[in-house]
Amino acid sequence: MAHTVSDYKGKLKPTWCPGCGNFGVLTALLNAFTRLDLEPDNIAVVSGIGCSSRLPGFLSTYGVHSLHGRALPIGQGIKLANPKVEVIVVGGDGDAFAIGGGHFPHAARRNIDLAYIVMNNRIYGLTKGQVAPTSDVSFRTVSSPYGNFEEPINPVAFAISVGATFVARGFSAKVDQLTDLIVAAIAHQGFAFLDVISPCVTFNKVHTYKYFQERVTPLPPDYQPDDPVRAVEMAKVMQDVIYTGIFFRKEKATYQDWISKILEGVKPATPEELVLSQR
Amino acid sequence: MEKVDLVVRIGGESGEGIIVAGEILTLACARASFEVYTYRAYPAEVRGGHSMFQMRTANVPIFSAGDLVDILVALNQEAYDRHYSVVRKGGVLVYDPKSVQPHDRDDLILYPCPLEDMALNQVQAIQTKNVVTIGVLAQLFSIPQDKLEEVIREKFGSKGSQILEKDLLALKVGMEFARQNIQKKENLKLGRAEGRNRIVISGNAAVALGAIFAGCRFFSGYPITPATDILEILMKEMPRVGGISIQVEDEISALAMAIGASFAGKKAMTATSGPGLSLMSELIGFASMAEIPVVIVDVQRGGPATGMPTKMEQADLFHAVFSSHGDCPRIVIAPTNVEDCFYQTIKGFNLAERTQLPVIILSDQSLSQRYETIAIPEFNSIQIEERSIVTIEELAQGYQRYRITDSGLMPMGIPGKPGAYIARGLEHDGEGIPSYDQGVHQAMTEKRFRKLDLALMDNDFTLRWGNPQSEVGIISWGSTEGAVREATNQLKERGKEPDVLYIKLLSPLPRKQVEEFLKNKRKVLVPEVNYSGQLSHLLRAYFLFDPIPLNLAGGRPFAGYEILKKIEEVL
Repeated sequence: MAHTVSDYKGKLKPTWCPGCGNFGVLTALLNAFTRLDLEPDNIAVVSGIGCSSRLPGFLSTYGVHSLHGRALPIGQGIKLANPKVEVIVVGGDGDAFAIGGGHFPHAARRNIDLAYIVMNNRIYGLTKGQVAPTSDVSFRTVSSPYGNFEEPINPVAFAISVGATFVARGFSAKVDQLTDLIVAAIAHQGFAFLDVISPCVTFNKVHTYKYFQERVTPLPPDYQPDDPVRAVEMAKVMQDVIYTGIFFRKEKATYQDWISKILEGVKPATPEELVLSQR
Repeated sequence: MEKVDLVVRIGGESGEGIIVAGEILTLACARASFEVYTYRAYPAEVRGGHSMFQMRTANVPIFSAGDLVDILVALNQEAYDRHYSVVRKGGVLVYDPKSVQPHDRDDLILYPCPLEDMALNQVQAIQTKNVVTIGVLAQLFSIPQDKLEEVIREKFGSKGSQILEKDLLALKVGMEFARQNIQKKENLKLGRAEGRNRIVISGNAAVALGAIFAGCRFFSGYPITPATDILEILMKEMPRVGGISIQVEDEISALAMAIGASFAGKKAMTATSGPGLSLMSELIGFASMAEIPVVIVDVQRGGPATGMPTKMEQADLFHAVFSSHGDCPRIVIAPTNVEDCFYQTIKGFNLAERTQLPVIILSDQSLSQRYETIAIPEFNSIQIEERSIVTIEELAQGYQRYRITDSGLMPMGIPGKPGAYIARGLEHDGEGIPSYDQGVHQAMTEKRFRKLDLALMDNDFTLRWGNPQSEVGIISWGSTEGAVREATNQLKERGKEPDVLYIKLLSPLPRKQVEEFLKNKRKVLVPEVNYSGQLSHLLRAYFLFDPIPLNLAGGRPFAGYEILKKIEEVL
């Protein structure tokens, strides 16, 4: 029997503000699980801290709601230890690019087979409206009262530059496209990064649904996601047009592929033999 | 059989191959069936600075690297200046007259040898000076040549036949020089011991292999002195037992990955030193809160901050016992010698699984990098505890991962199998659902702390020796054991033996055994290699008595005579 959406839904109702972009991400994720017909006990959804990191709690799958910034290494540990488990790491832009930013390049260049979905609202929601690493220059918040003067990180360009082998952008208000992107990210063999525009209706009065509705456009039909330089150029278009879709995709041996080769090649030993060889 | 007990110290410039020479000597002596016990001191930099290796070898049990030196090898003037005062009267100095000018003294036997010239002219490779030196020692003190050659072949074999040939030649050149030119003026010699069933192992290797034996199949780490050997050994050996080791971007990632791997069903470990443990603090709290078993090895070094990376200190006890914010139960174990590193690491994994708590193993620089000969473990008698995993029956009865039980424990679900739950750092109820209710927090905190009692079910967490009737006691922890044994052996000969208690479980403290020990004590000396007297503080806090602290701010281990002196003062 194929699974239905309700097989993946947890008992808890989401605690997000009405209208929060994260609802669309949750819906798309449930759709993707259903479409891929994954076994709920075979999924681990790992998050850090932030509004979006509450997501695992609304599922019936395995999950880790961990510490701020540490979702990626915990997710990698799960995947390396138990490669048959489908690992999805989720969280916000603060988790990914501020406190946890040191882990991102290494997860990407290892090409560990997991999907990382970042719900990007360009603000800190859970702590009530401070400036984020993805906030625009001049953006005023309670912690940037004179306007932000730090250049924002462009998550898609960043992910491509550090070697992610699948990089895409979606919009939480376009659930069908987002479902397709999540399915593709999970199916991708290697580190798949998905930047999801997920508006904060409570604290971000600049980057609203309306703001994004006016700008979000799918990548041109003839766009080929095989050129990292072109992909970064397209990712950096952010003013009047913001592209969504798969920016970059590349086939490359995963970390697990390398591990499998090593495991096949080494001379097996028992723990006793290893101890006795100390002389 | 005649008693052999030789202490050899080699000193020189860091980068001259002193540590390698020491290791070759050590392994050769061990393979000739002698006991060995080593100590090394070296700078954190790869080249420059002073480096020293000391090896004690004997055909009787030994508990320290020795206080006085029988044979000093000085490769430069600094080595002579620093170390000549610890050579016992009538001891030997081997040196290169080109670079060392010893005092004119008659209590030392001088063997000048042109070590550098031999390496340069006869071997034509200056970097073989260390092996030429070994050759001289081998001839003078009858260190079995076949064992030396065997070890040299293993150590240099992978570097290509040319390098190996040079090193084997260097050994012969050194031996030949000593045979022809040195008139032996003492009768120090090694010879051969009776064959015994021993292995020779460092503290770090004992931890790494203890972990593998305990069933650890996931290791993540970041290079840090003096714990790096554990990473290197496990990167190499873990795949041979079907496990995975990974070098990651920082210590935070190292512990996070290990926690992830454990959540996913593997026994997992990371190893670091003080700075890394500081970075891991928040995750220690997470593992405690989410009840995920994990083992963290802290090979202590001189602190705080970067401190003294290559020097010994026992100043992370507070950090191990109390770090991470909030009320955070964890297990802390401290092995007392190299052999104990193997067994306590296994114990650490057993307790991690038994309590579903983070376990910190406190080793230290001197313990981790020295070699000792140890008895081959009786593998079949070592108990390995496995994880309690939720069964189909328990699932049918409405399994809750964090349900409050008498023991505090519930079996774990493992991804890939039924039993899905959310592991959380937020306070949560029995089902794992976040809760900020005071009553829930009270009950869950009590439940998590209750699991510490499961560690106290074992009664082998203390080591006691000496005279139980004595009103004078010594309580200590970790690698001070060797120096304390040397001191108490001498006190025994003088009929003044104290009672000694080593505490290997520092969190939770084995209350029953400590109270039993304290019953008849008038004075209790607590030696530890830290400035602040950390175990003294814990003992005072938990057992309400005034210990007599003996502290060394670190940098090196205690010598036996320092303990002896203090005990005689106290007596």
